[in-house]
Amino acid sequence: MPAAGHEPAQHDVALKVSNVYKVFGKRPAEVIKRLRGGKKRAELTALGTAAVIDASFEVKKGEIFVVMGLSGSGKSTLIRTLNGLWAPTEGSVVVGGTDISKISEKELRRVRQQKISMVFQHFALMPHRTVMENAAYALEVQGVAKIERRARAEKILALVGLEGWGEKYPSELSGGMQQRVGLARALCAETDILLMDEAFSALDPLIRREMQEQLVLLQSELEKTIIFITHDLNEAMFLGDRIAVMRDGEIVQIGTPDEILTSPANDYVAQFVQDVDRTRVLTAGGVMEPPLAVVNLSGGPRNALRTMRDLQVSAAFVVDRRRNYLGTVRDRDVMKQVEAHSSDLGAVVRNSIEAVSPDTALNDLFGRAVESPIPLPVVDDAGRLVGALPRVTLLAALGNVPSTTSEFPIVDVAVAPLPEQVVTDALAKTEGDA
Amino acid sequence: MEPKFRIPLGDWVEVGLDWLTGTFDVVFDAIRSIFVGAYDGLDWLLTAPPFWAIIIIFAAIAWWASGWKLGVGTAISFALIVGVNQWENAMDTLALVTIATVVAVVISVPLGIWAASSDRASSIIRPVLDFMQTMPAMVYLIPALVMFRVGVVPGIIATIIFAMAPGVRFTELGIRGVDKEVVEAGYAFGSSPSRILRQIQLPLARPTIMAGINQVIMLSLSMVVIAGMVGAGGLGGDIVAALNRIDAGLGFEAGIAVVILAIFLDRVTASFGKSSSSGRSKEA
Repeated sequence: MPAAGHEPAQHDVALKVSNVYKVFGKRPAEVIKRLRGGKKRAELTALGTAAVIDASFEVKKGEIFVVMGLSGSGKSTLIRTLNGLWAPTEGSVVVGGTDISKISEKELRRVRQQKISMVFQHFALMPHRTVMENAAYALEVQGVAKIERRARAEKILALVGLEGWGEKYPSELSGGMQQRVGLARALCAETDILLMDEAFSALDPLIRREMQEQLVLLQSELEKTIIFITHDLNEAMFLGDRIAVMRDGEIVQIGTPDEILTSPANDYVAQFVQDVDRTRVLTAGGVMEPPLAVVNLSGGPRNALRTMRDLQVSAAFVVDRRRNYLGTVRDRDVMKQVEAHSSDLGAVVRNSIEAVSPDTALNDLFGRAVESPIPLPVVDDAGRLVGALPRVTLLAALGNVPSTTSEFPIVDVAVAPLPEQVVTDALAKTEGDA
Repeated sequence: MEPKFRIPLGDWVEVGLDWLTGTFDVVFDAIRSIFVGAYDGLDWLLTAPPFWAIIIIFAAIAWWASGWKLGVGTAISFALIVGVNQWENAMDTLALVTIATVVAVVISVPLGIWAASSDRASSIIRPVLDFMQTMPAMVYLIPALVMFRVGVVPGIIATIIFAMAPGVRFTELGIRGVDKEVVEAGYAFGSSPSRILRQIQLPLARPTIMAGINQVIMLSLSMVVIAGMVGAGGLGGDIVAALNRIDAGLGFEAGIAVVILAIFLDRVTASFGKSSSSGRSKEA
């Protein structure tokens, strides 16, 4: 039943934007009509400027949704329609179940107080008020008593790393610290949704990086829904669970960072992602290959040796029956076991190579890949072997070359495998052990 | 030679003025008595105590507002006014300026706020202000005389009209100049427009608004001399008298008293505008 299937999905949606248009100028309705008729926005500048054209998306609860575009792409206008700072010319914006394009000013103020807060590009702090008073501003507007307001603001200031700065004025703080106050002010409102308009763009690169990391940390702790606007693709890729790419007022693609990077919807997006630092965006899980040289512990040394011979590899991953990753074996070690007529493969399993989680960025893997004689095993949270990362795959990912070539045995040849004939002979000699 | 065709603009103004005075006579009388009352009261407050008491008070205000230098300077220069026997005239003028300024500020600041909040209001108010500022100041005296008769009131009214414009302009400028993002932040956290005006726009526009008020005071002072022509008295009265008699000495004595008042008022009000950093702790 479709209705039943829809229910939980609706429940997960924090914010829903449907067919939103925002047109500035003399004749907005006419502009929308012509846009729908297939005209481009550049042809309609005489009638008005279409800042946002037919934007539709849903943001799930607890998600970091990034809207990325260059200046003039309409992203700042779009974010301002989400809390009603701009009323959409057409379309609806549903925040936590309330369509804010249909409510009165007073109700809209209540939505802003309770459901959705905002962090600004240039911090937008009140220079005549202390850090504490700035942080507690939302509470003041909500009518919270002064003592409680102070207590709550103090807690949030500590959370963003500004403990003890409450009595200073914003002008006494560095840019990064000022934006922490901006963040504290938004967090203090205790709304589920946080809008961040180029929140880190005015900061130095090092501070920006630090703030991005802190935001991700805070988000995982507080489980806020964050809608983040940026023109910096690296930032988008780092923060975003999903990214919407905007161009000339239109959303041209929505997808996970991996999807945007590996299958751009059009040339524009492709060109855009050219410059991105792929190693920070792509994860082990995104580029890994199916592990072929896998042997089962309970299969015993003879099976393992046969598998390695067939694949022409010198080592293999060892898993148990539920595919839990146990370690690696080398063909020479297994050969010895076979020759000794032992059926215990476990004795020769090595654990020198640390498994990699699928979420690890490639950036963190190069060092390990260089040191490891065999591909890095990729193991999920449950401990199961889900893939392998040969060095060649890492390299291919950087150049965006399709790397899934089953031509390569997935274990690359750091140590030459035993000659096939030798293995076959050994297996034949010990035929009776199987 | 008389031109054949002439637009009788002057006649229309006179007819309009006649109609105004005829119809709203009661209103003008009421306004007149309010201003006379306010002026007499304030003037009494300034002239009844011995001059040295007033000088001490003014010096103290200057000291508190700016520093000891202005305090001492105020005491010396006001003593000079007493020395040239212009004390009562100076206090009359100060009372006139104070009342005109207060009324002008009370009208102009809200007008400026309105002009800042609406482009349409701004486009209506702007040309009116241009008119008020550029029309030769003495012209205001004529209808004011007709409506309020000879005395201090036409002087005050003409002063208010002449001096109001910078108050409106600076207020509008100040509020429009407040960082848009900060105002947006106010809205984004669910503040009402009146809360944003009180807590964000006015405090942040304060230095500019204070500069406007300072200009209002300066213009009032310059107009007050002209108001002496219609019997507003004070230093203006003496200056007009000196002009009639070509008495350079009296003219200079009254003139220097105007300058001293102007410098005192300017420095004191200017320091109110600047002290926004020490003032913010009070607002908080």
